[in-house]
This record gives sequence, structure tokens and C-alpha cells, in this order.
Amino acid sequence: MTTTVEPLTPRTRRGAELLLLILAIGIVLLAWVTTDLNRNGTVPANIIPIAGGFTALVLTVHLVLRWKAAYADPVLLPITTVLNGLGLVMIHRLDLARGKLGTDGDAYRQIIWTTLAVALAVAVLFVLRDHRLLRRYTYVTMAVGFVLLLLPLVPGIGRTINGSQIWISVGPLNFQPGEFAKIALAIFFAGYLVQTRDVLSLAGKKVLGFTFPRGRDLGPILVAWVLALLVLVFQKDLGSALLFFGLFVAMLYVATERVSWIAIGLMLFAAAVAFALSAFTHFQKRVDLWLDPFSPDNLERSNQLANGLWGMASGGLTGTGLGAGRPYLTSFAESDFIFPSLGEELGLFGSVAIIVLYLIFCERGIRTALGVRDGFGKLLAIGLAFSVAFQLFIVVGGVTRVIPLTGLTTPFMSLGGSSLLANWVIMALLLRISDQARRPMPEIPVGVAADEPAPAEVTQVVRLT
Amino acid sequence: MSELTLTLLRLGLLALLWLFIFSVVGVLRTDIYGTAVSRRGQRKALKQAAKQDSKAAPRRTPSPAAVGAGAAGAAAVTPEAPARKGRRGKGSPTTLVVTEGPLTGTSLPLRSGGILIGRNPECALVLDDDYASGRHCRIHPDPSGRDGWVVEDLGSTNGTFIGRDRLTGARPVEIGTTLRIGKTVLELRG
Repeated sequence: MTTTVEPLTPRTRRGAELLLLILAIGIVLLAWVTTDLNRNGTVPANIIPIAGGFTALVLTVHLVLRWKAAYADPVLLPITTVLNGLGLVMIHRLDLARGKLGTDGDAYRQIIWTTLAVALAVAVLFVLRDHRLLRRYTYVTMAVGFVLLLLPLVPGIGRTINGSQIWISVGPLNFQPGEFAKIALAIFFAGYLVQTRDVLSLAGKKVLGFTFPRGRDLGPILVAWVLALLVLVFQKDLGSALLFFGLFVAMLYVATERVSWIAIGLMLFAAAVAFALSAFTHFQKRVDLWLDPFSPDNLERSNQLANGLWGMASGGLTGTGLGAGRPYLTSFAESDFIFPSLGEELGLFGSVAIIVLYLIFCERGIRTALGVRDGFGKLLAIGLAFSVAFQLFIVVGGVTRVIPLTGLTTPFMSLGGSSLLANWVIMALLLRISDQARRPMPEIPVGVAADEPAPAEVTQVVRLT
Repeated sequence: MSELTLTLLRLGLLALLWLFIFSVVGVLRTDIYGTAVSRRGQRKALKQAAKQDSKAAPRRTPSPAAVGAGAAGAAAVTPEAPARKGRRGKGSPTTLVVTEGPLTGTSLPLRSGGILIGRNPECALVLDDDYASGRHCRIHPDPSGRDGWVVEDLGSTNGTFIGRDRLTGARPVEIGTTLRIGKTVLELRG
């Protein structure tokens, strides 16, 4: 079989991005206006500043991309805009239902967080000219990641909110450092695995067709597992523990192409679940709620899951319309349960559209990983895309009763500053890597073939002995 | 606000959301980058089938490997062969073909910027060969200004071989030159 490999040079597609952005902003504004029309019957008075501010924010990122990363992926920013905007609309809608208006509202805080997140993403695009620079800080990011992860356990600044000790509070700010630990650990895993993947994938015994790694190579996955368990035990945060462990197993698998890592990962996961089931009453309760959310006992304990399910059911195919449903009956309708809230008011068509948008977002991450030419970039892009996809699976799977409910934020949508900041940073990193991936290969100037016939180049390149 | 307007707004929002998704997918459809790998064997087989259907062409079309197969000119029977023959006289190769090793059958065009060969993912031809170095060698236009290409070893561990001699520095190549890198054999073709 003869194959031909030819490089294809992409266009930058920034124009297409601009058109998609205009459409995205249009969707968000239409959603915002519909909400107010349904609630109050009037177009909100503050729609002009909100529309202007949102447009300005998004266009800033667009212009920075034109300037600093012209070949970055053209659809990541529009998708993020729609997701973040719909999240904002839903938070605003819940504010209206609860009578929290103006600067008291959650939407007001979320808009400020969005602004900060955009600023942070722009800063990442400015400071980080090449994602490969991050590889230098492989072990620094590991240390940072572990510190961030364990910070909430430090007495004094760690805080327990809603039964999980995953928060730190510094002054008036509450912060969830785990969201940033996710990025730091993805960078560490990528840097670590790109160095060690040959050892991990080549050495080992073959059992039943799987190549199992040697004992000493198992070290890192065991460390990640123990760490995930520690998070689980001390912070009572199932979602994060699952996310970190899943992230590491997925990256190991991508780095080594060995199915045995997935087998080992699933076995360790099963062991952890068995341990958690026997050790924590709090986890048993969750499983119980998951299995039978409508039993009288469970409804008395927590009607959250049942309310979310009823909400989505009442939405039907096309939803009740934004502002016309009753998502505020569910507790945490603006954070963990924002997906059922949107599902109720946008219906099946709307919620599937949201999932498809996430799907395309993650697909672009994976496409970037395929396209980028260095191993570190590949692993980092896969890790980041996978973390978004897996986090979404844990949240949406939880609220739709596919898996037991564990508290995690819906990327870009949920109320919460740390999550928003971290996810915009993830998007900025993906944009940076995709810029490298789509940029045409640099033409190395060679003697007269090059545009600048510098004689020094000629002697340098020939290097005759 | 009338019920009808609200319903239209509700459905309009959903329609717009899906319009957005389809536009995104539309952008993605035309966003092709990286490298295109086309299987020439399949294309040829399709063409062959088409030709046999029309019965206009001679029964035996050359296999793709034979078309460029060097000095012997095994494929010289076909109509397109004379053109190739003419170009061969000038002796400037245009493609690099892997003839042995894990990537056998892969070909890639020579680019004026030079192509880098090695195990490193940033190379134009990424070899899956344990005996190749990360940046093994490079093929680029002759720097002295003559028409032609040179191959240059980039200080590889196991060396680049032309025939039996290990390459030191740059050396001009022409059509039919075979390079050996580890277990991989590359041939330059016109």
C-alpha cells in the first residue's frame, strides 16, 4: 500500500471566528431578553450596558487572538462565549425568581468573575508565547498542584461548605483551589509522562494479552491513587477525587497506548469505591439517593435530585422557555444543578445543544492534540480536554442519575469564581496549543533557497567536514 | 407580551442555538490542517476499476510502486511514462519514498524549506524506528546554488548511510539514491 503524506496549511479563520462570535453574542442576548420578557413582561433597562460589556469582553479576546495567536482554533472562543453566556442568563433568571436584584445578585458577581476570567485568559495568551515553556516547570507545577489540593485541609484558611472541605477563604473571598490544581496536575502529568512513557510502555510482562508494567513503574499511578483517596477521605469530595484519578489514568493511557493501564485504573477505582462504601456513611447515602431518589425516605433526606429530574421532565422537548419554568425549587439550581435548570427551560433540544457544544469543545482539544507536533503539547491538550469532558460527565451524569451525584461545577456555566477562572485558563491554554498546531511548519532558511541570502547561513548549514 | 411572541422567542432561541452548532460544524468541515494521508493504492485501484469498466485503457496499468521504480523503467509502457522519463534526465528528485521499514510505502514531497527526518514529532517524516535519532538528517536544496538536493546528517547516533558509506556532512543526492537510517530505507524519486 502506498501512502502519500502532504502537509496542509490551514487558513487562520479569524474571520469565521468573528462571525460565530456575533452569532454567539446574539444567542446570549436573546436568551437574556427572553428571560426578562417572561418574568416581567418588559425588556430589561440595563440590557444596553450588559450587551456592550459582554461584547467588549469577548471581542477583546478575539483581537488578542488576532494579534498574539493568529492560528488558534476558531471555534473554541465562540463556544465558550455561548456556554458562559447561557450560564449567566440562568443565574440572572434565578436571581429574578429570588428577588436578588442589582449588585446583590449572583449574576452581578458572576459578571465580575467572568471579566476577571477573561482578563486572566488574555494574560495567559500574552505571557505564554509557547506552551512548551511550561515543560520546564514540570516538578514545580506538581508541587503547586499538590499544595493547592491540600490547602483546604490547612486549619485556619480551610473551610467546610456543604459538607465538603474544598474551600479556602482569604479575607472576604472564598476560593476552591482544586480547580486550579486540575490544571497544574495536567501540566505535571504531561511533562512527567512525555519523559517516562517509553519505560512505561515498553518494559513489563505480558499476561492474557495485556502488557502489564513493572512494579517500579506502577509508582506514579499508585501515588495518584493514594492522593485521590486522601482527597476523598479528608475533604469528602468524591467528584474531585474521581476527576484527578480519571485524568491521570487517561493521560497514562494516551501516553503509553497500553490498555493495561485502564484495566489497572478500573481495578484500583473499584477498590476505592468498595472502601468508600464501607467507610463513609456520607457516600452510602449518595449511592442510596442515586438508586432510588423517589422513595419517601430519600425524598425526606434530600429532594434535590428528584426536583432536578422533575424539572427536566416538565421541560419536555422544547422547554418551558427561559424564565417561565420553576428551576428555583431545586437547591443549588445555580451551581451543581445548573444543567437541570437549563434543561427545564430550554427542553431536550436545548440541553442536547449544550452537550453538543461541550462535545465540540473537547473534540477541538483532542484535534489540537493530534495536530500539535511535540509530545508535551499533545499530552497537555488531551489532559485539558479530557478534564473538561470528564468533569462534565461527572456533573451531568450525576444530575441525570447515570452515576451517583457528586458535587462538581459545570465548566463555564456554574456560579463560582474559581471554576470560571480555571476553565478560561484551560481554554487559553488550548488556544495557545492549537495556535502551535495549526501554524504552518516554519520554513528553515537554507542558503539561496531562502528569502534572505545571508552568506553566514550558507556556511553554517553546510558544515562540511 | 402576548403568548405567541413568547413562544416564538422560545423556539427562536432553540433554532438559533442549533444554527450556531451547525455553523460551528460548518467551520470545522473546512478547517483541515496537519497532514493529509491518502492511500494511493486505493485511488489507483478505483481508477483501474473505472478504466476496466470503460474498456478504453490497456488491461495492465502499472502498480504505483513500479511507476517511480527507478532506472530500470519497468513502467515505461504507460502513456504518462514518457513525461517522467524526460524529467528524470535532469535528475532532480521531487519526492522521498520509504521503501523499507515500518513506514514502507509512505511518500512525501521535498519542500524548499528542507525536510527533517527523525523520531522527534516535529520532523516532517517521523520515523518509528528505534535506531533513528530524534533529529536524524535533513534533505534540503543544494546550498551552493546548483539545482538539486543534498542530504545532511545532523550528528545522528547510528548514522545515515548511502549504500555502505556513512554520511559525514552534506552530500548531493539524485533520483534513485537510497538512504538507510536504522531499519528504514528511503529512496528519492522524480
